[in-house]
Amino acid sequence: MNLLVLLKMVPDVVEELEIASDGAGLDMDVARMALSESDDHALEQALLLKERMGGTLAVLAVDAAEVDDALFTALAKGADRALKVDAGEVAQLGTRALADLLSQVIADGHNLLPVDLILTGTQAIDDLDGLMAPLVAHQLGLPYIAIVIQVTPDPARRVASVVKEYPGGVRGRFEIDLPAVVGIQSAERPPRYVPVAKVRAAMKTQRIETVQAPTLADGGTVLAEVKSMSKPEETGRAEMIEGTPEAASARLCGILAERGLV
Amino acid sequence: MLETDIIARPVFYALPLWLVFAFYLACAAALGAFSFGAWRKVRRYARGRVDPGVKLTWRLFGQGLAAILPNRAILAGDAYAGIAHLCVFWGFAGLFVATTLVLVDNDFLRFVVPQWQFLNGSFYLVFSWLADLSGVLLLAGLLLLAARRSVFRLPFLKYEAKEGAKYLPAPAVLAREDWLFLGWMGVLAVGGFLLEGFRIRATEPSFERASFLGWQVGEALAAAGLTSEAARNAFAFVWCFHALTALALVAWIPYSKAWHMLAAWYTAAFKHHPAARTLPAAPEGESGGYARVEDLTGTEQVMLDACTRCGRCHAHCPATTAGFPLSPRDLVQTLRAFASRPVANTSLAGGVVPEAWLWSCTSCLSCVEHCPVGVWHVPLIVQMRRFLVAQGQLDKRLQESMQNLTRYGNSFGSSPRARPKWTQELPFKIKDARKEAVDCLWITGDYAAFDPRVTPVTRGFARLLNQAGVDFGILYEAEQNSGNDIRRAGEEGLFEVLMDKNVAAIEKAGHQRLVTTDPHAYHALKNEYRWTNGHGRVAHYTEVLDELIGSGKLPVLHKREMRVTYHDPCYLGRYNGLYDAPRRVLRALGATLVEMPRNRDRSFCCGAGGGRIWMEDSTEIKERPAENRVREAATLAGVTTLVVSCPKDLVMFQDALKTTGLEGKLEVKDIVHLVEQATG
Amino acid sequence: MPGNIWVLAEHWRGKVSEITFEALALGRDVADQLGSKVEAVLLGHGVKDLASQLGAAARVISTDHEALAEVVPEVYAEALAQLARRERPAAVLTPLSNVTLGVGTLLAAKLGASAINFCKNVRVVDGKIEAHAVLYGGKIETKVAAAAEPVVLGIGPGARLADAGRSAEPPAVVDEVTVDLPEAQPIRFKEFIEPEAGEVDVTQQDVLVAVGRGIGSRDNIALAEELAAALGGVVCGSRPVIDQGWLPPSRQIGKSGMQVKPRLYLALGISGAPEHVEGMRGAELIVAVNTDPAAPIFNVAHYGTTADVLEFLPLLTEQAKALRG
Ligand SMILES: Cc1cc2nc3c(=O)[nH]c(=O)nc-3n(C[C@H](O)[C@H](O)[C@H](O)COP(=O)(O)OP(=O)(O)OC[C@H]3O[C@@H](n4cnc5c(N)ncnc54)[C@H](O)[C@@H]3O)c2cc1C
Ligand code: SF4
Ligand code: SF4
Repeated sequence: MNLLVLLKMVPDVVEELEIASDGAGLDMDVARMALSESDDHALEQALLLKERMGGTLAVLAVDAAEVDDALFTALAKGADRALKVDAGEVAQLGTRALADLLSQVIADGHNLLPVDLILTGTQAIDDLDGLMAPLVAHQLGLPYIAIVIQVTPDPARRVASVVKEYPGGVRGRFEIDLPAVVGIQSAERPPRYVPVAKVRAAMKTQRIETVQAPTLADGGTVLAEVKSMSKPEETGRAEMIEGTPEAASARLCGILAERGLV
Repeated sequence: MLETDIIARPVFYALPLWLVFAFYLACAAALGAFSFGAWRKVRRYARGRVDPGVKLTWRLFGQGLAAILPNRAILAGDAYAGIAHLCVFWGFAGLFVATTLVLVDNDFLRFVVPQWQFLNGSFYLVFSWLADLSGVLLLAGLLLLAARRSVFRLPFLKYEAKEGAKYLPAPAVLAREDWLFLGWMGVLAVGGFLLEGFRIRATEPSFERASFLGWQVGEALAAAGLTSEAARNAFAFVWCFHALTALALVAWIPYSKAWHMLAAWYTAAFKHHPAARTLPAAPEGESGGYARVEDLTGTEQVMLDACTRCGRCHAHCPATTAGFPLSPRDLVQTLRAFASRPVANTSLAGGVVPEAWLWSCTSCLSCVEHCPVGVWHVPLIVQMRRFLVAQGQLDKRLQESMQNLTRYGNSFGSSPRARPKWTQELPFKIKDARKEAVDCLWITGDYAAFDPRVTPVTRGFARLLNQAGVDFGILYEAEQNSGNDIRRAGEEGLFEVLMDKNVAAIEKAGHQRLVTTDPHAYHALKNEYRWTNGHGRVAHYTEVLDELIGSGKLPVLHKREMRVTYHDPCYLGRYNGLYDAPRRVLRALGATLVEMPRNRDRSFCCGAGGGRIWMEDSTEIKERPAENRVREAATLAGVTTLVVSCPKDLVMFQDALKTTGLEGKLEVKDIVHLVEQATG
Repeated sequence: MPGNIWVLAEHWRGKVSEITFEALALGRDVADQLGSKVEAVLLGHGVKDLASQLGAAARVISTDHEALAEVVPEVYAEALAQLARRERPAAVLTPLSNVTLGVGTLLAAKLGASAINFCKNVRVVDGKIEAHAVLYGGKIETKVAAAAEPVVLGIGPGARLADAGRSAEPPAVVDEVTVDLPEAQPIRFKEFIEPEAGEVDVTQQDVLVAVGRGIGSRDNIALAEELAAALGGVVCGSRPVIDQGWLPPSRQIGKSGMQVKPRLYLALGISGAPEHVEGMRGAELIVAVNTDPAAPIFNVAHYGTTADVLEFLPLLTEQAKALRG
């Protein structure tokens, strides 16, 4: 099994997000980057598959603040290779441009092919102009499925059985031809913790391969232009519904109905 | 004929020569068996790992001796057991000395320098009297001990089979050995007196009245119609019986828990070894902690073998009491059984000791404190946890906390920028010690800074410092969790990262002394941090309050009559012996302190330590440690306030009040709260 | 003449999803501003009848194909792309739901069109479509303009009232059209796996009715069960409630229980201790009922009321039932 995991750094929402002076982006000096949560699950699932079936596991990401930490952590957890695409001013790229870059890097070789499974998170909190997995699948001409919580490859038949989540606890099982791009919702078990000592050891003994960004055919046209950003009104406290219990419950029922919850 | 020639014991009285020979042969056999067992054990210890960081000093050894001779550790907290063991200990010691004297007198001096033989005359009389006293003490002690098992049926002397612990000897096996040990010594003592009685009946020397019980036995035998003739004839049989049981006991020692009679002399020295509290380093190598039995140090193996199954650690362990799967005694027994008969390629954590046991420990140190022979339960547990962490086998919640600590430097998963948020509601600004020098650098700790139930207390302490005119500051965003508990959870690397950051920030900040509102941080700062430059003396906030009140800087304006009780936090008390400052503060406020039955070094853990606060509750939980503790406080007549001096205690006990339904009957208050009321 | 606004009519297991109606309502608003029409695209196999529920659309484009029986993003996007190339809509609204996720992104990629996800609202500014999207888990709102037509808009739940997109009338026009899809697909649906009966996984629920010590006694749990039934959710609780044995341990929310992110979390008689909040703060909508106006739960809730839970519960249940019909 050759496994490839695509990782993406996103602003850490635990930290206060500030808007840049141009009003159309985040102030990246204040923001801290973190590995997208579902990408972490994709990595965990890939590690589990590697442990189970053997093979190689590579992780690939576009350069961003703190990406080295994420890549070394992946190496410490058991990834065989970590590649970083150096793309200059990267923070401003949308998911679509990132996907184009990554697809191009994969297609260009770098010993990443042949690959059996490309795993990445189902969705990231900043996937404004598209999701990573379907975009990469489209570029590489591979089948794609997402919201996946279980992957069982059958290398002999060149297929994988995947389970995806539907609403209300229902799940659906699909069969997908390999190679394929799978968007992971959550791994079979929570992403593992790797002790600091191991990450440090990885930093000493392993290395991140840096890949120059390929030039893209369309120059990475921006198809969705952020005109402005704002913070939602700071509520901090609940909006209190006053009045008699009858009135309050009626009002609440209305609110729920508005949101399609009744 | 001089009297001294008569007043002596005919050692091989009326024994045929061949029997004497046989006796010496049996002696040789017993000593051989003993030596073989002892040699095997000692060889195993000698082959054990050596931890260069854990050294035995003469001082520690002296302290160990000073505790053993008066059986101090056994007496503490359980006078009954202490007295019983003292009887056995000194009784046995007396008989041992007596036997040795006989040996020297009869088997050595008699042949070499007969004129030096001393077991005669008035010395013999005193000797006899003392020997009989020893026997009586031994018997009495044994009876007292047996009563604990048969009459009182103390629960902590019972064993249970444990799920997943296949190396833990079966309950029946353990109980049999316990009884055998007691019974055997009993047989020995009774046999000795019988033998003496027979001898006295046979020879009827009047001076033997000094052997007061032996004489009585002789008299009793006479009264029962035993002629001196018959006694003389039976003597050889009684003698053989006594000799064989004694020799067999000697031979059995290295194969049983009787071994503690020897091992404890060594291990008791480690009870107060600093590493029991500050944790030894992990062994070199990949595993990160204790992977296999070979990782145990020789000393730790002696500790395991020294365990007598007294059950004290078990009885006082908050995890055991709460119904968690861990019993420190069973842990020791399991490791001991495995270490003496290891199976290749079996990992200690998980393979020998179930993981759930290891994760149950709160690192409260109660077991170490209670253990009479100096076993290191906590270091052992942490070493095995280190291995599990290195393997990534850990509780989901704990893992999240580790991730949060790695990323944000606090276990709350909050932005580091939110750390000083608690100061916002104060009417004054706290100095930023990163920017200006302060006299007193305050390390708040995570709970004091982030938990909304604790921040009012934190602000209270800030107000008190301000009121007393103390020049103080905090590190704002630069402070990190002290790492104390993550270290105990087994994540040494993360501890080091946190320590390095704190050390760098603290050393950069100009300050005279460090004060902390967190006992866990207190311990880490004081005893575990590796400083590169200087840092101020570390104080707990109760020490500062004590000082400020004592020096009049915080005048007590309203003394209030109140009956309160006080909970000693593990990391302040057992770990650092700080018991008096908070008590002085309470008295200065006019409070009457009513101690809980378990106080000071016997304090009962709230259940939060050692990373437990980050882990999931076990499903089999009977009563949470904090619930147990608030119930204890609630039994005190007239006490309505449980005073704490640790942020985690506040959270744990307030929660326990809700779950026990004691809300309204008992209040949990931080000591700061009481000081504020009395001084404001 | 500006292009029409398309809504991909999501349906699952024979039922039109609520979000479809919400998207239709939103689509109609946009079409009105743009001066065009809202049209529903109904893809599927053997579900033509569902078109009758889509009366809010001026027209339904219905395509029946075996390969469309279950949503496979690649196949759905291909069908939509073929239709869009034919008819050139101005925008395509696709739900960002567990059923349909991924279709929008692929469609935009196939068409070389703009895609904008996480849309909460869409407006027309200077004749151009502008989306209001919520980024970073709700922490930031943005206004985004599409650079290339058509624009594929990913719609989250709650953009409009579902009722506004419902119509008693069937649609005026239903066009049945065909698309050309390959026979053999690299992704094949095999089966549905139903949640195990009896054992409820609270992390999988859209609606959670959580009860705390304020519920008073075990008997009152039944009140919460009724409300949960009316809302299509399940009951869970804070630790004291589980400790008392009023609910099984699998229903505990918080630090030492489950961590949940339902669409609705109703906290009834729960004070909001940090250990509890840790388990539920990710819920999309949190409503708290607590007699104590200073209870910390109101710091995390979106809506709150200080009613007595025992009084409030039956009222809400009744009204919810009435709404459900
Ligand atoms: C280590 C640790 C782990 C923990 N883990 C968890 C956990 O996983 N999950 C968890 O939930 N807790 C956990 N707790 C416990 C937590 O701290 C709180 O004690 C608990 O959440 C409180 O539950 P509650 O809100 O139901 O009760 P309370 O705090 O007693 O709140 C009851 C609320 O009901 C209100 N009320 C009373 N009567 C009425 C009425 N008639 N109508 C409306 N409102 C009313 C009151 O005003 C009050 O606010 C943990 C605690 C610790 C220390
Ligand atoms: S440290 Fe405390 S919890 Fe851990 S085994 Fe010892 S007594 Fe039990
Ligand atoms: S470890 Fe110590 S306290 Fe525990 S049973 Fe053994 S001797 Fe007793």
